[in-house]
Amino acid sequence: MTELALILVGSILVNNFVLVQFLGLCPFMGVSKRIETAIGLSLATTFVLTLAAMSCYLIQQYLLKPLDLEFLRTISFILVIAVVVQFTEMVVHKTSPLLYRVLGIFLPLITTNCIVLGVALLNANKGEFTFITATANGFAAGLGFSLVLVLFAALRERIAIADVPLPFRGAAIGMITAGLMSLAFMGFAGLIKL
Amino acid sequence: MSMVLSAVLALLVLCLICGAILGFAAVRFRVEGDPLAEQINALLPQTQCGQCGYPGCKPYSEAIAGGDKINKCPPGGEATIQALADLLDVEVEPLDAVEGEKPQMVAFIREAECIGCTKCIQACPVDAILGAAKQMHTVIASECTGCDLCVEPCPVDCIDMLPVGGNLQSWHWSQPLPPGQLIATDREHAA
Repeated sequence: MTELALILVGSILVNNFVLVQFLGLCPFMGVSKRIETAIGLSLATTFVLTLAAMSCYLIQQYLLKPLDLEFLRTISFILVIAVVVQFTEMVVHKTSPLLYRVLGIFLPLITTNCIVLGVALLNANKGEFTFITATANGFAAGLGFSLVLVLFAALRERIAIADVPLPFRGAAIGMITAGLMSLAFMGFAGLIKL
Repeated sequence: MSMVLSAVLALLVLCLICGAILGFAAVRFRVEGDPLAEQINALLPQTQCGQCGYPGCKPYSEAIAGGDKINKCPPGGEATIQALADLLDVEVEPLDAVEGEKPQMVAFIREAECIGCTKCIQACPVDAILGAAKQMHTVIASECTGCDLCVEPCPVDCIDMLPVGGNLQSWHWSQPLPPGQLIATDREHAA
């Protein structure tokens, strides 16, 4: 139980995937103009990350490890993540149009993102992870991404109405803001030793 | 050599399983129709008047789902555009200029000239015309959407389209005068 709590805090704050490990930066910059879309993307990402962590752990543990084929990690993880997400999208589309409206556009978008593959590969590198802890790590990575994305979208909504000097308008002030947020998250370093 | 073989085989099997899963899902979870078009259709007023340029509300909803503009529905007016914008998460636009330049209209039957042919009753998409064969017809003004589909079939041309006076939904401030017209002394400078 303590281990799960440590993994959650560790992945959400200390080793935040966006601001400390710099994974998943394209949706972080691209889909943070409005807080509603940011929330939709956060939900989709958390969902995909949890699924990806689960399925990739299974592939790693029961296919690649016994056959001694761990050099095939990247390609087989990409394949499995894409299929799982595509399958889930079809099922959601059929069974719950409402949920599909919230997540639908973002699901295929997030499939090909580096944060998804990053979580799967980092999980595979940690030999001591079990199925539960690997899933928890994926879920925590999603929560950390959601936290940062929603905070950043809220900041950008304020910046949009602020009087920004002309050379800094648009993406430039976004980058500066992201950098300052990243600095702030550096403050969590050393909070937990895993 | 055996490692290369097992790697190729493992990937092949993995790909085959994944392909089979997706193929099965594509058949098993096929979605009939477009759920988004259904939702848009539910918001349109269902007058089937064709003023949007499509043969009815259903074709227009499919066109919107395919990316057409949301501001082509005069019977629905501002309220429908607002609801569509909320559903699709796009900006509210004013009613399309071509369709929107005339004010809200209502049909009026000059009852002395009406011959009771019932042709306009059959044409009305919202059942806003009251009457029977050989009896004088009249329009229920609160039901009429101003689509002017009844004007064409009338053999004696006794239907007029009249502009409706403003109500709380359609009232808006009048446009301000252009600069230079606002102050009398400015007008003298310009002249």
